[in-house]
Amino acid sequence: MKKLTSIIAAAAILTAGSVATSQAEPKSGGTLVIGSTQKARHLNPAVQSGIATAVPGTQIFATPLRFDANWQPQPYLAESWKVSEDGQSITLKLRANAKFHDGKPITSEDVAFSVETVKANHPFKTMFAPVTAVETPDPLTAIIKFSTPHPAASLTMSSALLPIIPKHVYGDGQDAKTHPANSKPVGSGPFKLVEFKAGEHVILEKNPDYFIEGRPYLDKIIIKNYKDTTSLTLATDTGEVLMYPFLSSTRDIARLKKNSNLEITNKGYEAVGPLNWLAFNTKNQYLKDKRVRQAIAYAVDRNFIVKALHAGFSKPATGPVGPGSPFFAADVNKFEKDLDKAKALLDEAGFKAGDNGTRFSLKVDYIPGIAEMQKNVAEYLKPQLKKVGIAVELRAAPDFPTWAKRVGGHDFDMSMDVVFNWGDPVIGVHRTYICDNIRKGVIWSNTQSYCNKEVDALLAKAGTETDQKARIALYQEAQKKIVEDVPQVFLNTLPYHTAYNKKVGNPPVTIWGAMSPLDEVYLK
Amino acid sequence: MNILMTVARRLGHAFLLVLAVLILNFLLIHMAPGDPAEVIAGEMGGATEEMLAEIRKTYGLDKPVIVQLGIYLGQAIQGDLGQSFFYNAPVLELILGRIGPTILLVTAALTFAIFIGTMLGVLSSHKPKGALSGFVTLFSVIGYSAPIFWTGLMLVIVFAWMFPIFPIANMYNITLEGGFFVRVLDVLHHLVLPALTLGIVYIAQYARLTRASMLEILGSDYIRTARAKGVVEVKIYGYHALRNAILPVVTIAGLQFGSIISGAVLVETVFSWPGLGTLAFDSILARDYPTVLGILFFSSLLVIVANLITDIVYRFVDPRIRTGG
Repeated sequence: MKKLTSIIAAAAILTAGSVATSQAEPKSGGTLVIGSTQKARHLNPAVQSGIATAVPGTQIFATPLRFDANWQPQPYLAESWKVSEDGQSITLKLRANAKFHDGKPITSEDVAFSVETVKANHPFKTMFAPVTAVETPDPLTAIIKFSTPHPAASLTMSSALLPIIPKHVYGDGQDAKTHPANSKPVGSGPFKLVEFKAGEHVILEKNPDYFIEGRPYLDKIIIKNYKDTTSLTLATDTGEVLMYPFLSSTRDIARLKKNSNLEITNKGYEAVGPLNWLAFNTKNQYLKDKRVRQAIAYAVDRNFIVKALHAGFSKPATGPVGPGSPFFAADVNKFEKDLDKAKALLDEAGFKAGDNGTRFSLKVDYIPGIAEMQKNVAEYLKPQLKKVGIAVELRAAPDFPTWAKRVGGHDFDMSMDVVFNWGDPVIGVHRTYICDNIRKGVIWSNTQSYCNKEVDALLAKAGTETDQKARIALYQEAQKKIVEDVPQVFLNTLPYHTAYNKKVGNPPVTIWGAMSPLDEVYLK
Repeated sequence: MNILMTVARRLGHAFLLVLAVLILNFLLIHMAPGDPAEVIAGEMGGATEEMLAEIRKTYGLDKPVIVQLGIYLGQAIQGDLGQSFFYNAPVLELILGRIGPTILLVTAALTFAIFIGTMLGVLSSHKPKGALSGFVTLFSVIGYSAPIFWTGLMLVIVFAWMFPIFPIANMYNITLEGGFFVRVLDVLHHLVLPALTLGIVYIAQYARLTRASMLEILGSDYIRTARAKGVVEVKIYGYHALRNAILPVVTIAGLQFGSIISGAVLVETVFSWPGLGTLAFDSILARDYPTVLGILFFSSLLVIVANLITDIVYRFVDPRIRTGG
């Protein structure tokens, strides 16, 4: 009997195995059309962040490491890597067979050059700020040295953050930010550039000399620009576009979900960690009082925003780190809606309601163009805050530059904002809270003018803590304090989804999603 | 000689006009809040003050506006429209890459509008109180009053999504393999909805205009004479009457070239048509001063050229102007 059971079990395993294989056997060939409303200025992620450059950029350029869906680093251009015990250096062993698209081999010199270029030109200054030197003992070994331990180092070597760019192309003395090769890039990734028409499309074709044998599966990737999400959604619906990443309009998600030819996933946005929040100018005469900010946090109903305004597709955000991150703190003050508490806090702060029930008035700004996340929420705030005696006036901006000028210039009371975590808190979280990043005129710096020395100390310590558990604990403590101080009311995560045609196999669902090499994607 | 003098005088006016356009636009766009460095920084996901200062220095934005204007005019006179801040490419290259699609769209829309509009006008003038005439009047009111972007979106919803006969957007299918003929057909296929959208407003106007002037002319003495001589109706309508009735249409079409180009900005935006309109839209949002100025410069040139052509065509259609009579 026992024998029979094990035979059946073995047969079951075999059958299951063969089914799984037949389903997941990747096929070579085909063209993947990706739709996007984000237009790239150029294709070199070494000097430019953002989705528009990162999606094509990660196909063209390879990075030392890549990350899987569980935040684990995997070999990519580096076949192995070792972090020193003191955490102050990382040694990369490069693949011997890796070549740039122009046929020249990739050496440690290129790695050193790329680190220097990114350090000098990339807007995320914190990524490589601790780098003191890159040693190149031999052509396939690069040792990156840091002034302090740098636990975020391996993450900064993935996705679009550290593209290995050829020194023989970019090292000709021209300014990297305006280098002509930024629009005609030579990389070593799975795909090489055929044509880049700014604002129209990027055509990429298979790199036949790719250093991972047998990949990529696709012959071509075309990233097509659409004017707006409506036409992109229609194009996805009709099958003109096979993959639509960074889809965030809940109405479009709901609409595409009905199409039986499409699959929709919210996986692949864990590293981006996009948050929607209401930021306060803590220098404002009312908002400088923490109790007023807390009162507003208590007055806002996140459940209403998530369920009614976003049809349940977004998730409530509770702190500065997105829920997909290992550093996410669940145990923070959630500021569950409590209008009485809000009123009591405002009374305590000395802002009693006047005869007409109003205590004071505030303006709220919002980023134009993403109404569901920004304008609609701002509109909801108006009647909601009126309930606790705060008159809110919406101040529209005709376009992004106008909004950026106001908020960057600290010329605002409250503003809706969308900010990304970018993988590690060192990159995307510290910038919003540390005291010495209050920089007037710079958008997405500490525009709240928030400063808490304790938070500063915790973030500084967490940024260099090499023990992951201790690091998580430090970030959780920092988050608790930040949430309690309420420089922002954390509202919701952006409901980023990827809609893809059922013909697409192995859709990108690692932590970086479509901002990672699509060398495993195939067409069925 | 006469025509040469006219052209020379026109060119002189045109030069002053272009200069005024350049200066006014330069000052206008610099008055808009926000600057390109902030947009670039926004695209980059943030930046430091040093980086912003560096971007401003790279593009000469650290100099006073009047100095920037002087530098710009100096370069423009030499045919250098500058470097796009946003796309980091020469503006002239960007514009030349986009001007073809715009001319194609505008010409197609205009031809289509003149042809269909005139035809509808003529047909409805035949029986001014008939059903067709009523339809033309109704169609004109709707066509003229509907916002162009709304018309575009409705056409997309009906003819590209509900009944997927035409593509949703873009000018051609980049995944298409095939020879020259196949590609031309593909572009024409993509052209239908945008040209129709842009043309509808003008069809309505031209139909009304033709109808009105046809009605006026059909009542005139020489038509009665022609009829008395036994000229067939088709010839009376198609030759004797239309030739005169089309004059106002030609005048209006020429004068409207400017507005049709501004209409093209909206249509191109709705259909992701890769022309000057889309480029203008993106450049304004990015505060890409040199590109916006370059486009305005080119579109004012287009309008001036169109007006010149109108003058010449007018002379051709109406011999009385040719002979100075």
